[in-house]
Amino acid sequence: MSGNGNGHAYKVVLGYGTCGIAAGATAVKEALEQEVESGGYDVDLDIAGCMGLCFKEPVVEIFDRDGCSVVYGDITAKKVPQLLEEHVGKGQVIEDWVVKKSEDPNACDGDFLANQLRVVLRNCGKINPESIEEYIEIGGYEAARKALTSMTPEEVIDEVSTSGIRGRGGAGFPTGTKWGFARKSPGDEKYLICNADEGDPGAFMDRSVLEGDPHTVLEGMILAGFAIGARQGYIYCRAEYPLALKRLDIAIEECHQKGFLGENIFGSDWSFDVKVKKGAGAFVCGEETAMMASIEGQRGMPKPRPPFPANSGLWGKPTNINNVETFAAIPWIIAEGGEKYADIGTEKSKGTKVFCLAGKVRRTGLAEVPMGYTLRQVIFDVGGGIAGGREFKAVQMGGPSGGCLPAEKLDTQVDYDQITAAGAIIGSGGMIVADNRTCMVDLARYFLSFTQDESCGKCTPCRIGTKRMLEILERICEGKGEPEDIEKLQILAGDIKDASLCALGGTAPNPVLTTLRYFKDEYEDHILNHKCAAGSCPALITLYIDAETCTGCAACVKVCPTDAITGEKKEPHVIDAEACIRCKMCLSRCPSESIIAE
Amino acid sequence: MEQIKVEIDGLACEAPKGSTILDIARANGIDIPTLCYDPRLSPYGACRLCLVEVEGARALLPACCAKADDGMVIQTTNEKLERIRKTLVELLVSDHPMECQGCSKSGRCELQRLADKYGITESSFTGEVHEYDLHRENPFVMRDYNKCIMCGRCIRICREVQGVGVYDFVNRGFKAVPGTPYDRPMQETPCEFCGQCISTCPTGAIKARPYEDFGRVAALDMLRNACAYFKMPEEDMMKALGLESWVTRTTCAYCGCGCQLDIHVIDNKIVEITSPVMVGSGQGNLCVKGRFGYDFVSSSERLTRPLIKKKGKFEEAEWDEALSLVAKKLGDTKKKSGPDSIGVLSSARATNEDNYLIQKFARAVIGTNNVDHCARL
Amino acid sequence: MEHECTCSTKFADVDDLRPLEEIIERYGSEKGALIPLLQEAQDAYGYLDEKIMREIAKRAGYQFSQVFGVATFFAQFRLKPIGEYLIKVCHGTACHVAGATQITDEVANQLGIKEGETTPDNKFTLESVMCLGACALAPIMVVGDDTHGKLKPTSIKKVLKHYAGPSGSQASEGDDAE
Repeated sequence: MSGNGNGHAYKVVLGYGTCGIAAGATAVKEALEQEVESGGYDVDLDIAGCMGLCFKEPVVEIFDRDGCSVVYGDITAKKVPQLLEEHVGKGQVIEDWVVKKSEDPNACDGDFLANQLRVVLRNCGKINPESIEEYIEIGGYEAARKALTSMTPEEVIDEVSTSGIRGRGGAGFPTGTKWGFARKSPGDEKYLICNADEGDPGAFMDRSVLEGDPHTVLEGMILAGFAIGARQGYIYCRAEYPLALKRLDIAIEECHQKGFLGENIFGSDWSFDVKVKKGAGAFVCGEETAMMASIEGQRGMPKPRPPFPANSGLWGKPTNINNVETFAAIPWIIAEGGEKYADIGTEKSKGTKVFCLAGKVRRTGLAEVPMGYTLRQVIFDVGGGIAGGREFKAVQMGGPSGGCLPAEKLDTQVDYDQITAAGAIIGSGGMIVADNRTCMVDLARYFLSFTQDESCGKCTPCRIGTKRMLEILERICEGKGEPEDIEKLQILAGDIKDASLCALGGTAPNPVLTTLRYFKDEYEDHILNHKCAAGSCPALITLYIDAETCTGCAACVKVCPTDAITGEKKEPHVIDAEACIRCKMCLSRCPSESIIAE
Repeated sequence: MEQIKVEIDGLACEAPKGSTILDIARANGIDIPTLCYDPRLSPYGACRLCLVEVEGARALLPACCAKADDGMVIQTTNEKLERIRKTLVELLVSDHPMECQGCSKSGRCELQRLADKYGITESSFTGEVHEYDLHRENPFVMRDYNKCIMCGRCIRICREVQGVGVYDFVNRGFKAVPGTPYDRPMQETPCEFCGQCISTCPTGAIKARPYEDFGRVAALDMLRNACAYFKMPEEDMMKALGLESWVTRTTCAYCGCGCQLDIHVIDNKIVEITSPVMVGSGQGNLCVKGRFGYDFVSSSERLTRPLIKKKGKFEEAEWDEALSLVAKKLGDTKKKSGPDSIGVLSSARATNEDNYLIQKFARAVIGTNNVDHCARL
Repeated sequence: MEHECTCSTKFADVDDLRPLEEIIERYGSEKGALIPLLQEAQDAYGYLDEKIMREIAKRAGYQFSQVFGVATFFAQFRLKPIGEYLIKVCHGTACHVAGATQITDEVANQLGIKEGETTPDNKFTLESVMCLGACALAPIMVVGDDTHGKLKPTSIKKVLKHYAGPSGSQASEGDDAE
């Protein structure tokens, strides 16, 4: 939170989300606690969820009395004493470690945040997610209080409709309309479900929101429950997110104590409660009907729609399902007004969208930008371009249901319709950036192997069709492709799209279709010339060492599992192509990037 | 009941509200191919063969699940739908041993029929095929999951109709199979061996086992294969061969339910019993007795002549002698101890007519109301 | 209680049904609680033994086939015991692009086991999992409760060494991301 409020000279906030912890934040936390104690610093130590600066984790933000702050990145336990001594002790900023300064947003990597507009992530990294007080202090639960005490459910739905927000889970269905269906559906017993089964590989915004600001999601659910007339809500969250689950439990408990969940919320006559359901590891459960089957204790196999959940959902009752990011935006919309939200974005896609920048981009992390930004702005202005100075090749959007867009599509606006027209989808917001070392056939194969693995097996096209597509792609990657394979892939892809029971199968061919659309030459290169230009498919490449740049450090020799690399120390080394199994271990080890795969 | 009007393939149809597109189409003589559909079971929508195009709908709809709305305009066949169906059948065939000649389901196999319809003898999509062991661990049901198409009908019939739940899908995706927990033999499950799963399986994945070793099923298979080959109804084939008593429709005599049986006979021996789906009170469902309890018919231990116990031993006798003896003994008893000293017990196994006669005999001839029957078997 | 991963602590013996009884008691009246029942039973016993699943079926009113069907549908459920440390190598997109395959290969190589197997000394079980959502640190793997990010095939040996000591000795938490 801005300003440190409680009388200390400084407030030190440690980013303590999953990525922070994975990067070593626990050790930093211990060091901070120890150092503050032993050094006698006048410091209020706190934690916060992920700020989205994943590429700089662990991250520490230090606020002074005026609320100005400095964000430090790549902090380790060893750096902690120096950090406290210089910044807190002497009041001197360690410029080398700075990611961003509040009065100087352009410092160093600050444009990662400066180019964003944060609505959904407005509190992430700013408040302690395990403290309802901090959330209330910045105006939390005011939107819910206002709605429940002075608005009708219809007015809430109208406000959401005015905002123009569309479902952030992937399909992009207008949220206000969806709520309207559930509201109008007859029945006394209705259910509300928050889809936190974020399964798209490469997407982690829901995790970050749940870890960084769980109360926003709960407040959004209270508002939605009130609007559609549901008294019981469920959060279906992946078990792979233990920290998110823990913080949700804490948040729900806090809400019960405050009376924000349970009977007669805010003194109104409305009652609403939320239960957490832990997923058990099935991507298909992100599909609404499969998720409901799983909550009912069955195998997560989708059912044909209609009937739609709004009419017959969980236990046959009207049910409304929205995604974490959607719920997180709702309190802002009710508090600030739907029109203000609608002012952001393009004509048909309103508001902001959180993207997860990952892959070969310089700054990985969460990027929340207004709809209508171009891909170029997201990847180059926010993400800082391609890592290692390589060339941009493609961006994969929307995970396994999405598609790859090439460089010539970089000026496409991020907008549901434009991205779809280009051949990808916004989906849940995963953005994996590929450089010229990424093989597009292999990427398509990877996504298909994912959906194939996650297919529930119920319907024929998805169960056998994606399997056959995957087998064709595997053959191509192994250099055993036939010229007619491309046509076969196209036929199968089309029929699987049309005939599958649920969206998992219906969108599974997308990565193949878009790579075929934009990178057909790579397929042909694999099939006809048995070459993988990206140097990625092991069966189609040879590894050799550039004698010009090789320093003879022998790092590659140590890692080679087949002893295929030989050479005198400090002399250029050589790879024996016969013995080489193309595992590429040496490639990642070489300090001078002298090993070339072609 | 409220009626709705829809148009299917240009044909105006009327049906009760709540009917599925498939119900209406079939009632109007329009055939939509299905594999996972069985009228006895809740619709499932998995095989995707019954996909139809509905004007104004965002996607193709499975006719077996989709309820028709008033005014719907439906196409059950066009170039796109037929191409999808062909691809689907090819995909199923790509993981199905096409050894129809050696399969006793040949001629009745729903996949075979569709493969024939779309002219598929082998799939253009090749790849990994399943290699499961054959399950022949009990005398009633034989399972060959290599022929399974994952329609889930066995699971649903066992759960929905029988309320037993021997099977469920095991694993997921391409590895999924409708099996028993830990692949255990069926006798280690709650299975009652009603054979309902056999009655619904569209392919040769679940088949009846009795008599398979006797060579008779093989003869039957041969005829069925010939029927399939010549695309000739089985009845016509039997007529051509002068074998009239091929299938006899009768009522099961085990209990009072009145399930309809189709008794398949070769050389005057019963080789299989099935039940016509959605016909009679049983709707095509049978229990273990109705389906498998027929070996007594041609049992060598069956009594064919009356026996009279003489000096403590049963000896074969003539009918006249036996009947006279019974009549004399009954008469004597009635004279000595009165009619109510006699009770008559009949069998539920006997027909209604026989049971009517026996009570008539008790009341009018002997003069007693002491009539009962064994009620169940 | 629910979210405390017990991967590296001692599990209850499958012949001791008391933990299961306590779990079933807690979910007694809740409809559709089969999945949480199985999850907690797995937390308590380390895996889902046939005996445990039969007991759940009997006591909570499910058909055994149904319980088995659910247990084999979800990737999280294990039907076989696991080692002291469960190693989960992430194969999400970002990790895939960053070389997750080599990570799995190297772990398998170091431990001398294949994916899905447990080392003979019952120390490690190796699994591949889908996106763990820490893409910025790709490639990552989770050993027991600890996440290790920005891995290289060459750093695997060091990571595993942390855990290879005598049973129960806790390694320091993941500060390998250098």
